[in-house]
Amino acid sequence: MFSYFAKHADMLLGAFAEHLLIVFETLFLSVILAAVISYFLLKSEKATNMVIQIFSAVYSIPSMALFAMLIPLLGLGNATAIPVLVAYNQYLLIRNIMSGMQQVDKSMLEAGTGMGMSHWQLVTRVQLPLAMPSIVAGIRLSIVSTTGIAVIAASINAGGLGKILLSGLRTMNVNKILWGTILSVIIALIADVGLRQLEKRIRR
Amino acid sequence: MTAVELKNVNKQFPGMSYKALDNVSVTIEEGEFITILGSSGCGKTTLIKTINRLYEPDSGDIFLYGKNIRDTNPVELRRSIGYVIQQIGLFPHMTVRDNIATIPKLLKWDKAKTDEQVDRLLSLVQLDPAEFRNRYPSQLSGGQQQRIGLARALIADPKVMLLDEPFGAIDAINREKLQNELKKIHAESHKTYLFVTHDIREAFKLGTKIIIMNQGKILQYATAQEIICKPADRFVKELIQTTTDVSKDYVSGGEGI
Ligand SMILES: Nc1ncnc2c1ncn2[C@@H]1O[C@H](COP(=O)(O)OP(=O)(O)O)[C@@H](O)[C@H]1O
Ligand SMILES: [Mg+2]
Repeated sequence: MFSYFAKHADMLLGAFAEHLLIVFETLFLSVILAAVISYFLLKSEKATNMVIQIFSAVYSIPSMALFAMLIPLLGLGNATAIPVLVAYNQYLLIRNIMSGMQQVDKSMLEAGTGMGMSHWQLVTRVQLPLAMPSIVAGIRLSIVSTTGIAVIAASINAGGLGKILLSGLRTMNVNKILWGTILSVIIALIADVGLRQLEKRIRR
Repeated sequence: MTAVELKNVNKQFPGMSYKALDNVSVTIEEGEFITILGSSGCGKTTLIKTINRLYEPDSGDIFLYGKNIRDTNPVELRRSIGYVIQQIGLFPHMTVRDNIATIPKLLKWDKAKTDEQVDRLLSLVQLDPAEFRNRYPSQLSGGQQQRIGLARALIADPKVMLLDEPFGAIDAINREKLQNELKKIHAESHKTYLFVTHDIREAFKLGTKIIIMNQGKILQYATAQEIICKPADRFVKELIQTTTDVSKDYVSGGEGI
């Protein structure tokens, strides 16, 4: 098994790097999109619930079905894979961002407003820091989820560790299956442990 | 000079049988220490919050130094008014120092001036700066938190202070001390204070004039002595009779102010 790794390190690490890149690109775009959507949702609880419902419905669609729907529009590879992964993350991220923001005690918001904070100052100086633990938890979940779903995206030519796993399955190559699995678990694990640590530090 | 004036201000919340503010008109001169007295739910907090536009009245006008507050940007308005919220509302993710520095940060004071003022205010509310400035609100008692709330509102030396039951969580002994301290701060500052309380003794002790409210209406607005000698109606009469030592203090000529 290790000799396999030594022999095919280039291929395995290349796929690992590719996978990491997909996860990071997805995460980057997801967080920006979720932040923008959440900002506009701050004023209305009704709209918030509706949007979360919609993304929760999207989240429940199997990834293969979503890929199939988008391939005719966006083509094979990352062009389809990343938008789908970003869409999935919206549910995890927006749900956690908004619940974190809504949990902030009303009296704190009133104190801030009463002292003359603008809406933006209230959001950035009071609500956001207090919602941080919940937001980081959302990011952690979405990294784990993206790492997993990105494996499936290999079936539409998105590359990454899924490619190794798929070809391992096709050729019944146990080493490929093993290493594909181990490396994707490593990504999820690092993200999980790292962000849990960050969460703890924020919670103090 | 008139600092705050309310003219026929009305405010009703949905589902309430009486108005939270029922045609309230009142003129407050600069330098007064007005206490607002009334039982829970009578509209004291609502009155305070219409002055810094946390609530908009249904009708009527409010003037701050002659200017209709409707014509002032609410954020600017609030920065010029000190506000102690009834629920204390300290920010749990900030140290005592940063909590007190909230308004200085909004006003972009430099760090040296901010630190100096934070320490001054901490001493003013009888908390040792070295011991308390780096603590978090969760490491403070309820009374200590309220004192930080008071320091936070006082720091920019606003011309008008709105204090909503600022000593509600403070024990009797420290309360007495803080009342005296606040009275001194007020006397030295020539600022205008509006101080909400449901404690009759506190209202009479601190107020240069007292507003007595019930069900959204102002029943009487007068000095302690006037209220004792000429209560406006039965409600006021019964109210002051419940606290005999209050009337004793004032009728026997001890003005206590
Ligand atoms: N934001 C609000 N929404 C609905 N009702 C409110 C609101 N604020 C106050 N009220 C109602 O208005 C009345 C006066 O409240 P308040 O001014 O807080 O009284 P006080 O401060 O004298 O205890 C109460 O009956 C209260 O329930
Ligand atoms: Mg109140």
